[in-house]
Amino acid sequence: MKKRFMMLMSSVLAAGTLLAACGEGDEDTTPVNDGGNNNENEAAEGNNEAAEDGEGFSSKMVTDVGGVDDRSFNESAWAGLTEFGEDYPDVEVDYIQSNDASDYAPNLNRLAREGTDLTFAIGFLMLDDIKTVAEQSPDQNFALVDDVATGEDDEPIDNIANLTFAEHEGSFLVGVVAAMHTETNQVGFIGGVESPLIKKFENGFKAGVKYVDSDIDIAVQYAQDFNDASRGQQIADTMYGNGADIIYHAAGGTGNGLFTEAVDRAQGGENVWAIGVDQDQALTEGEWEEGNVILTSMVKRVDQAVYQVSEDTMNGNFPGGEIIEFGLEDEGVGIAETRDNVSDEAIEAVEEYQQMIIDGEIEVPQTDEEYEEFEGEL
Amino acid sequence: MEYVIEMNNIRKEFPGIVANDNITLQVKQGEIHALLGENGAGKSTLMNVLFGLYQPEKGEIKVRGKKVDVTDPNVANNLGIGMVHQHFMLVQNFTVTENIILGSEPTNKGTIDHRKAAKDVADISDQYGLRVDPKAKIEEISVGMQQRVEILKTLYRGADILIFDEPTAALTPQEIKELIQIMKNLIKEGKSIILITHKLKEIMQVCDRCTVIRRGKGIGTVNVADSTENSLAEMMVGREVSFEVEKGAAKPKDNVLSIKDLHVEDARGVSVVNGLNLDIRAGEIVGVAGVDGNGQTELIEAVTGLRQAKSGTINVSGQDVTSFKPRKVTEAGVGHIPQDRHKHGLVLEFTVGENILLQTYYQQPFTKNGVLNYPKMYEKARKLIEEYDVRTPNEKTLARSLSGGNQQKAIIAREVDRSPDLLIAAQPTRGLDVGAIEFIHKKLIEERDKGRAVMLVSLELDEVLNVSDRIAVIYEGEIVAIVDADKTDEKELGLLMAGGKREEGEPI
Amino acid sequence: MMNNIFKGKLFGLVVPLIAIGFGFLAGAVIMLISGNNPINGYVALVQGVFGDTYYFGETLQRMTPLIFSGLAVAFAFRTGLLNIGVEGQLIVGWFVSVLVGITIEAPMIIHLPLAILAGALAGALWGFVPGVLKARFQVHEVIVTIMMNYIAMHVVNHFIRNYMLESGQRTAFINDTASLSSDYLSTLTNFSRLHWGFLIAIAACVVMWFILWKTKKGFELRSVGYNKHASSYAGMSVNMNIILSMSVSGAFAGAGGAMVGLGTYNYANILPSFTNLGFDGIAVALLGSSTSIGIFLSAFLFGGLKEGANNMQGQAGVAPELVEIIIALIIFFVASSYLIRWIYSRVQSNKEGK
Repeated sequence: MKKRFMMLMSSVLAAGTLLAACGEGDEDTTPVNDGGNNNENEAAEGNNEAAEDGEGFSSKMVTDVGGVDDRSFNESAWAGLTEFGEDYPDVEVDYIQSNDASDYAPNLNRLAREGTDLTFAIGFLMLDDIKTVAEQSPDQNFALVDDVATGEDDEPIDNIANLTFAEHEGSFLVGVVAAMHTETNQVGFIGGVESPLIKKFENGFKAGVKYVDSDIDIAVQYAQDFNDASRGQQIADTMYGNGADIIYHAAGGTGNGLFTEAVDRAQGGENVWAIGVDQDQALTEGEWEEGNVILTSMVKRVDQAVYQVSEDTMNGNFPGGEIIEFGLEDEGVGIAETRDNVSDEAIEAVEEYQQMIIDGEIEVPQTDEEYEEFEGEL
Repeated sequence: MEYVIEMNNIRKEFPGIVANDNITLQVKQGEIHALLGENGAGKSTLMNVLFGLYQPEKGEIKVRGKKVDVTDPNVANNLGIGMVHQHFMLVQNFTVTENIILGSEPTNKGTIDHRKAAKDVADISDQYGLRVDPKAKIEEISVGMQQRVEILKTLYRGADILIFDEPTAALTPQEIKELIQIMKNLIKEGKSIILITHKLKEIMQVCDRCTVIRRGKGIGTVNVADSTENSLAEMMVGREVSFEVEKGAAKPKDNVLSIKDLHVEDARGVSVVNGLNLDIRAGEIVGVAGVDGNGQTELIEAVTGLRQAKSGTINVSGQDVTSFKPRKVTEAGVGHIPQDRHKHGLVLEFTVGENILLQTYYQQPFTKNGVLNYPKMYEKARKLIEEYDVRTPNEKTLARSLSGGNQQKAIIAREVDRSPDLLIAAQPTRGLDVGAIEFIHKKLIEERDKGRAVMLVSLELDEVLNVSDRIAVIYEGEIVAIVDADKTDEKELGLLMAGGKREEGEPI
Repeated sequence: MMNNIFKGKLFGLVVPLIAIGFGFLAGAVIMLISGNNPINGYVALVQGVFGDTYYFGETLQRMTPLIFSGLAVAFAFRTGLLNIGVEGQLIVGWFVSVLVGITIEAPMIIHLPLAILAGALAGALWGFVPGVLKARFQVHEVIVTIMMNYIAMHVVNHFIRNYMLESGQRTAFINDTASLSSDYLSTLTNFSRLHWGFLIAIAACVVMWFILWKTKKGFELRSVGYNKHASSYAGMSVNMNIILSMSVSGAFAGAGGAMVGLGTYNYANILPSFTNLGFDGIAVALLGSSTSIGIFLSAFLFGGLKEGANNMQGQAGVAPELVEIIIALIIFFVASSYLIRWIYSRVQSNKEGK
């Protein structure tokens, strides 16, 4: 029983890791205030007093199996809600943890029936359940993180706000870093389970690499598992062995094997690097005697997204039926704050390309087709 | 007269049952004292009380005149009480010495002093004439030798009061003789012995006095010299018992079973039945006598279809059943009372009724269109329970809760009721008490007189001699001799079983 | 002799009840230690099951596959086999029933039974393989079934990912004609996902009881389970019964998977890890003493615990892990029923001694 719980927990946690981002780093201990710089939040700033009026407003979330201390996705979302609760003390925030996939629907229902003003479903795994529940409670507001809920007519559903992230844009930037650092002109990508979402990471990364130097070879392999570190290590071993010196992963727990292999090789005197995902992984992984093998990480700010949507909803601007993509522009994705290993040129390049993406000069591909087109145009 | 052991007015209860009710057992210094009773009479409980495994509710235990409180087996050991268990407690792949010192190893600076241990063991072995090789591994020595290791174990721990629990159950006649000699040696050396048994002959042979218990109650203690087998049996069973198996002369007719040049391998692929020939006719009982492990088990398994013969033919009532599956053999007219009733004869968690129907449940009217008709099954079971005097509360009682004798009766009811042409009875009375043995022997003879062929495989020579019409001696997988039961004796059979040739030189 | 009273039917009921009691008691202690009020916690638990028809409906929905997996484990267990592969059999049953539900067009009266049957057959096949390996080559069924679980999950994931992926991680919805979903039951329980599968599960309990206790085959299966030696002496084919038992067990599991696929979700999805419905079946069967009625009741208990657990955290602030701990403790106490017997007999003999 215990085992099954642990198994489920860890594996879904791993999936969650992919989609998640923790707080960014030391500098960034107050992410919400940071978020206040962009225009959406100007409205919120202006409505700060309105928060007092917003007494009785409640914003709650249903976590995935990982729970709010998964150091990942759910934790990040909960951090956003907590922050929101601290900024507006009269607001009620809470969460319910799901123990397995069959808990999603009852938990969402539970919150809806309590009369929660805004119910978050954390993770695309809850897509179908939130659709059903939203249909059954049409007067309630919901928000789905990481996916888009559409009705039978393929139109977004009125009482669901869809929060997505431009993972491909963030991945593009780490691709740029990889391209500028590789000495062997070979880099690698390890994916978890193959799916449209992870494809966004892959294609964004490949586009970033190729944009800098189209001669660089990119090895891609999927572990088909988010929770198999030994498989990750095996893949990393093969890729490094074939000449790649930088590998980016979007594979949750499987990616830990990449770090193990990189550290092993670094200790053996090889010059290899790894790139983390979702959060600033250099803070927790990749450490060895002479430094850290993590070059950089692609981070994703779930906390900001949750905070913003809560605030908007409280102010009467529930973005129901909308698809909100948190991209580079909103600092919803980006490269990690830890940049000790990144060269100044690379950082300059990243900043340059970031601006180009924001300005629409570069359109980062998400799907395989888009990538092929993108590559053809280079 | 000084008693080494006194158990006075012992009462031991288990929830719902009184296992020992006011039993007194007094053992004199230097005697062999028999503890006699039917299975389930409470002998083992009483000995377990003495050995410290159970605490009595009432009564007192005195050892050498001093009142003691035997709270656990260690206390018993320290008092010099040792038990030779019926089922040996030996580690198979340890040597004799290692087994003997197990739990009280002589140490030398923290390591086991093997040399001293081996020497001690050899010394004790010599002293009592046990003739045990201290270096042999248990798995390589005979059952009789293993038992002597058990005896050595108790002596090594300094026991001078030895309890033997049914020591002859697994032994050949020769080994029994040796054991009796060993017991006599032990007495000579000043030991005292309590012999738990239900075999009257052994008591008459070696014991000085005998305490009889019946259904948990002490019946009394008698001097063996003043008693007869009959009087002891009467005390034990509570009524008169006849030992003579009454039977008329056999009137054999045509061959029912005919085995020709049979070769069978055991589970390890070793050939254990080597060119065996045997015929059994309708209306006779043929006893198969032999020391355990000479191919009896594989012979039975081959005949009943449980084991595929390597070569040769088995014919039952003119039908070649050599390659038949068990069910087809059964249907060809073979009944089988297996040697191990718990393992092979019964499904203990099934009811008595289900067990009685275990061979016929699939037939009409018990099964119709794949669905069982339990009322019909139990109706049949009730009938057989009555007919075969199976003592059970009812047909829905679990087989496990029946006594050994009644379990065996249920099996016999099942096998005999089908009126098989050939009835194979393997050790049918093993572990049973006098009353049940009597019943089973009578049934076998009844079946014979109805014109069935009966094959009786037994390690008990008495049984073979008393019940059989002809005796086939099996040795190393062959029938080495076939003799008429009334023209032979135990001595001759013992010799044949050990591989000796017939003295008289008669043609077989 | 002395054990007679411990073998009675009553005692069969007493052990699980005591185990459950101990489990809850230990849970209360843990709640106290972790600073929660156990009474509030358990009130929330009970309310989380009975407090709203929605919760009750969800509880029944949750117990539906658990009944099937419990029956599957119990059925094999009755033949002396440990089917750890219920999980995998359930997964293939889920997948194949959904496959039939999506790809075939037929009126409901044909389509629905066909889809359920297909799931059961897939599960049966998944049980047949270890059954044959056990019977023919004496390969231990535990090892094979564990491996078959992984094969099931990865093969199913492969097919969904490569051929049937519709949105996110799942296949398309099945056709309505193959769906067990019931507007009637759903409305009755305030929009819960309760579906007709619940009634099928009850029927399955009866079916298992009938097969085991009323048919010739069941007689043989039980006989082989209790004592395969005596059974072969009585002319039964032990090997055939092993294969049959594993197949039927797998069929129950596969049907359970069909309940999830056709009833609860109406689709199949890529499984990031095992569903655990099959593994929970082991606990359900154990607690239910491998009897139909026992399995029904213990499936209700487990379903209720899982459903109520969510309310415990919402209403009483108890960590959901605690409920997992309670479930684990209950199983622990059931498994150590020897301990309970021993304590019980100690108490009894004390009483009689006085």
